[in-house]
Amino acid sequence: MQVKQVSVTVNGETYTTEIEPRLLLTHFIREVLGLTGTHMGCDTTSCGCCTVLLDGLPIKSCTYFAVMADGHEVMTVEGMALASELHPVQQGFHEEHGLQCGFCTPGMMIVSKALLDENPNPTEDEIRWALSGNLCRCTGYQNIVKAVKWAAHKINSEPAAYRR
Amino acid sequence: MYPPPFEYVAPDTIEEALALIAQYGEDAKVLSGGMSLIPLMKLRFASPAVIVDINRIQGMDYITEEAGGLRIGGLTRYRTLVRSDLLKARYMCMASCGPQVADPLVRNRGTLVGSLCHADPQGDWGACMLAMNGSIVARSTTGTREIPIDQFIVGPFQNSLNPGEMGVEVKVPSQGERSFGQYLKLERKVGDFATAGVAVSIGWTGGSISHAGIALTGVASANIRASGAEAALMGGSLNQGTIAEAARQAAGACDPKTDHRGSSEYKREIIRVYTERALSAAAGLRAA
Ligand SMILES: Cc1cc2nc3c(=O)[nH]c(=O)nc-3n(C[C@H](O)[C@H](O)[C@H](O)COP(=O)(O)OP(=O)(O)OC[C@H]3O[C@@H](n4cnc5c(N)ncnc54)[C@H](O)[C@@H]3O)c2cc1C
Ligand code: FES
Ligand code: FES
Repeated sequence: MQVKQVSVTVNGETYTTEIEPRLLLTHFIREVLGLTGTHMGCDTTSCGCCTVLLDGLPIKSCTYFAVMADGHEVMTVEGMALASELHPVQQGFHEEHGLQCGFCTPGMMIVSKALLDENPNPTEDEIRWALSGNLCRCTGYQNIVKAVKWAAHKINSEPAAYRR
Repeated sequence: MYPPPFEYVAPDTIEEALALIAQYGEDAKVLSGGMSLIPLMKLRFASPAVIVDINRIQGMDYITEEAGGLRIGGLTRYRTLVRSDLLKARYMCMASCGPQVADPLVRNRGTLVGSLCHADPQGDWGACMLAMNGSIVARSTTGTREIPIDQFIVGPFQNSLNPGEMGVEVKVPSQGERSFGQYLKLERKVGDFATAGVAVSIGWTGGSISHAGIALTGVASANIRASGAEAALMGGSLNQGTIAEAARQAAGACDPKTDHRGSSEYKREIIRVYTERALSAAAGLRAA
């Protein structure tokens, strides 16, 4: 059995460890690092619950081998909050009731953050397209869209505080 | 779900990758976007002994236009294609196809070359490439050759690469002095594979049609070219008569299977209607 040494930066902290190449990034994050905010939903590349940022772009971590992340930067839901407060997207999900059971929520929030990093002023259509790879069985999506709009408004009202 | 164990190599250059593929032969699989390969490995439909991850190779994610057409790098992801103004201006079939392939998360990883190599009968890009007369540049340690898409996709999930060859680039010729392209796809829900899809790319040089490309998704054992439909248009013009004839020919070219996405008759009718719609949009007879 081949074992590879990798160095992966997750939420700003670099972890160097030995792993089997077949280890999926989701399992690496959850079981090796103990960061259980990232969820495994379908395990078949369909639901988006496992979404994390890889070098700033959202990907399905259940369809990515952890060994591929060697030298790259990963952000999970645990890395979203700012030093002094929750990220505006997290605040938006709270304010607008953007979740019920919460299972899809980490993925939804990570995708929303990536959208607002690229396009801080999205239309409703753009929000819905950005979220179209993420499934929610509870909310009917309305409040998720509202939450992202809330976050966009917050970011645009204080751009110095929130824009990258 | 864990795939069976495999050996992992991640070369930094194309040359190293080619040497590894030559060394391991049939035991090795190239990993590009991984959006088909990794799910197949997890389901244990594929269990390669060696994975050659090409994602570390720099400079393979590009779209450039030069005299005679477009060159797209072997690691160019759907994300890049969807955001390209060049495609929107002159390679419209691809620009129209991009946002309809999979979902935004898959589009952040999936690559054009990977998708063509995968040769899924329900893949959208294969139809686009047929309609636009694209070709794949294949390289091995012994040389480089350009394979026209018609000879590249040879069956369901089958391409014509030899062992030791890797896809490194896609080429798309200029579609004409003026051109129009559109990809119309019926899907059950956003992100789904096509129930049926039609790729159309029309070019005009002078007053008449100098390029007529029409190809279909999900209605045969691979993406197919609707040659009869193309012949009905070449050298002529788009009018109600030629459009209806081309649409009839396209419907006649397909051999859809009845499945959970719809009946054979239904898919065939979709092909006729979508061909007519795309050509009508091309003719400016009515809005798409
Ligand atoms: C949820 C979901 C929805 C999808 N929806 C659609 C859809 O609507 N339409 C659609 O067309 N596709 C869809 N796909 C498939 C997707 O487009 C895949 O990304 C694509 O088929 C494969 O491209 P890739 O770069 O990910 O290749 P990989 O998965 O890495 O590889 C695919 C195959 O090609 C081989 N290969 C890859 N690169 C090369 C190369 N350079 N040289 C030689 N061989 C190579 C690999 O060895 C493997 O056999 C979907 C996938 C998912 C997960
Ligand atoms: S768990 Fe990864 S997409 Fe569903
Ligand atoms: S809140 Fe339950 S799945 Fe989305």
